[in-house]
Amino acid sequence: MKLTLKIWRQESPTDRGRLVSYDMPDAAEDMSFLELLDILNQRLIKKGERPVAFDHDCREGICGSCGFMISGVAHGPQKLTTTCQLFMRQFKDGDTIVAEPFRSRAFPVIKDLVVDRSALDKIVQAGGFISARTGSGPDGNAIPISKKNADLSMDAAACIGCGACVAACPNGSAMLFTAAKISHLGLLPQGQPERKQRALRMVTKMQELGFGACSNHGECEAVCPKGISIDFIARLNRDYMVASALETMEPVKKV
Amino acid sequence: MELNSKVPSGPIEKKWEKHRFDMKLVNPSNKRKYKVIVVGTGLAGGAAAASLGQLGYEVEAFCYQDSARRAHSIAAQGGINAAKNYQNDGDSVFRLFYDTVKGGDFRSREANVYRLAEVSNAIIDQCVALGVPFAREYSGYLANRSFGGAQVSRTFYARGQTGQQLLLGAYAALSREVALGSVKMFPRHEMLELVVIDGHAKGIVVRDMITGKISSHVGDTVILATGGYGNVFYLSTNAKGCNATAIWRAHRKGAFFANPCYTQIHPTCIPVAGEHQSKLTLMSESLRNDGRVWVPKKAGDQRKPWEIPEDERDYYLERKYPSYGNLAPRDISSRAAKQVCDEGRGVGPGGRGVYLDFSESIGRLGKGVIEARYGNLFEMYERITGEDPWKWPMRIYPAMHYTMGGLWVDYNLMSNLDGLHVLGEANFSDHGANRLGASALMQGLADGYFVIPYTIADYLTKVKPGSRPGVDHPAFKEAEREVEGRTKKLLSIGGTKTVDEFHKELGQVMWEYVGMGRNEAGLKTALQKIPQIRERFWKEVRVPGAGADLNQELEKAGRVADFLELGELLAYDALMRDESCGAHFREEHQTPDGEALRNDEKYAYVAAWEYKGEGKSPELHKEPLEFENVHLAQRSYK
Repeated sequence: MKLTLKIWRQESPTDRGRLVSYDMPDAAEDMSFLELLDILNQRLIKKGERPVAFDHDCREGICGSCGFMISGVAHGPQKLTTTCQLFMRQFKDGDTIVAEPFRSRAFPVIKDLVVDRSALDKIVQAGGFISARTGSGPDGNAIPISKKNADLSMDAAACIGCGACVAACPNGSAMLFTAAKISHLGLLPQGQPERKQRALRMVTKMQELGFGACSNHGECEAVCPKGISIDFIARLNRDYMVASALETMEPVKKV
Repeated sequence: MELNSKVPSGPIEKKWEKHRFDMKLVNPSNKRKYKVIVVGTGLAGGAAAASLGQLGYEVEAFCYQDSARRAHSIAAQGGINAAKNYQNDGDSVFRLFYDTVKGGDFRSREANVYRLAEVSNAIIDQCVALGVPFAREYSGYLANRSFGGAQVSRTFYARGQTGQQLLLGAYAALSREVALGSVKMFPRHEMLELVVIDGHAKGIVVRDMITGKISSHVGDTVILATGGYGNVFYLSTNAKGCNATAIWRAHRKGAFFANPCYTQIHPTCIPVAGEHQSKLTLMSESLRNDGRVWVPKKAGDQRKPWEIPEDERDYYLERKYPSYGNLAPRDISSRAAKQVCDEGRGVGPGGRGVYLDFSESIGRLGKGVIEARYGNLFEMYERITGEDPWKWPMRIYPAMHYTMGGLWVDYNLMSNLDGLHVLGEANFSDHGANRLGASALMQGLADGYFVIPYTIADYLTKVKPGSRPGVDHPAFKEAEREVEGRTKKLLSIGGTKTVDEFHKELGQVMWEYVGMGRNEAGLKTALQKIPQIRERFWKEVRVPGAGADLNQELEKAGRVADFLELGELLAYDALMRDESCGAHFREEHQTPDGEALRNDEKYAYVAAWEYKGEGKSPELHKEPLEFENVHLAQRSYK
């Protein structure tokens, strides 16, 4: 199949950037989108031009490294799919496809399609953990967890931290990402002792980092490659409200 | 050089306990005076960095990914073994130990494997405490599934994303330490050199992948947890960025490389679709619990799978291995698939594939049960192949997956280079010549959570607190100059071929001559071809751009340059090991029914190779393997 790629090219964080068109006469249906970019890059290198920079690693949809806007949609047109798992059979011969980096105030562009998502790590560092020292846990079966809660917790824990939710949100909010972590841990008995502080710390950090607020657009859920439900945002709001009423935020401490 | 494995004396079930008592401890107030460098933040590195930070050491952790959470441990699907015996089906620490030694075809170190089995239960407890949402039964208790190479059900899992959940647990623990300041995290940093001063590993040189800046980091000890070298085959189930540069640089600095030829080909991967293929995707081995593997009995049978009646299908694993059936170990299942395809009975494009068929299980258990167990894997398969596995049986074929070989380590997980510790897939120690399913996650976390925190203390008591050199030490300056020189050289060749072209060429040679079946002539061909590719690489490669910013081609070039050296050692080790064992299958040595035939008299040893310089043959050091608890026997899964 013949395709035209319009790719965002930006040399550096300070460069203005622009869309550049590339003809791809040799695309095939069983090629992934990233494999198409591989082919383009091989061609560019041979011609003495600079290849397109893009983040990717596992190429099986689990590491969360890849991701950009494909014709305006984070990770492209196929539901529940990361960019690396998007195959060209989703497109038609003659299509023009626009690839741009995730756009958000909290995700500055590094080069071409590569953005800096370290803000997501900072949200987790603020409180997205259970402070269980290595060796301190009781026998795994000493903490029975209802199958229903374990399954729901797993639904939330499936988040791969790709940042598509932030890129899709008109407010640049990281609520779905944060809610997924808060729900994953908050649904488990092990997560209860730190539940309130976790909500206070993570939400506060999220606001500090320049992410916007949630106004229930639902775009995040629509693009999430792992199908994380916005119901988890309701859980976050509840946890945050209860925590704000009952406790004040404390810094993370060693003991 | 004498290789001292430092295995403690005494009966096997008491060794670790005795050793933990015999090892010295670091005074709590002295811990903060020691700095530990950890390279790699997967299960082994992430767990180690978090645990050492908790203990009070100053830790610096490095990964090439943009976040510690993305290390390739994340892609492990099926599960993690532990000897909990929650199923009441006869499991025990000794049985897990026994299965692992046997699964490794008697080429691993007994004492290490026993310790692995011994700490396996604590790993599950720790992961639960960290909030890993393992699968549960309706009682609320932990669920298990079966895996290849075992007749008990001892694998704990979190849907098809066990590796992800275990890694996110370790990453969360690590994130807490980062917040507390006990671990300093350096994402998007790639280790390019190990610095050894007077025989002690004292630090590393890294490249900041965003700014291109080369800098040194000093430590009292260095931990490498950088994974395996499967990408030497170009196509593998590893992430694209997985590389051997850290361990290869350490090898060039004196660390012995053990058993490089033990490379595992995973039997259940999605077959290659075409020339453009950039990586291979694994379908969890857990699928073999409910899927039946078959090919048509007749060669060249072009009928649709459902048009082939039962009696014209060959369920070859069930036929050849009636007691293990579809759950035969990975090496055996992979070779059996290759064999039926070589006979012209393979299915799908190019005839390199076999069916993995769930119709019998769906009929017996219902679609709902199969969907709950493997739903995400079915989706993944459909997304990649465009075929609906609920209608068509899946097509699978073996692919390069895991490397049992790695840097040689003693019982304390320290290499022969003083102060250099190696954890997880990067070391060689626990899986022998073949790893069993759900054992990689177990080993990574065992090393990181429950072994290194003890053994590193014993090592550090021999290092004077505050004695580590500064970054201005001449050894660091020289290492930085070397790295800069190498970068410049790669950028200045200005040839006509891309890095990927060389990588693919190397991969083809490795897969053809050093893959599932190996023989003397083929290995000698590989040993001729690899140096030729390497020579052309250094003359004809084109690495665009400059060194001073994000340059992904430059990153790849450095990694491929190292693979071009490692590949040769791998082939050489395969040639010198003139026996078959586990995943290392020398066609000259097989039983009458085509199974691996070991030669215990001559080869019951670990082959640890010493680097002797460019263009020189490596020197072999042998660590003899003794089996006092598991009797050496021909493996049988019949």
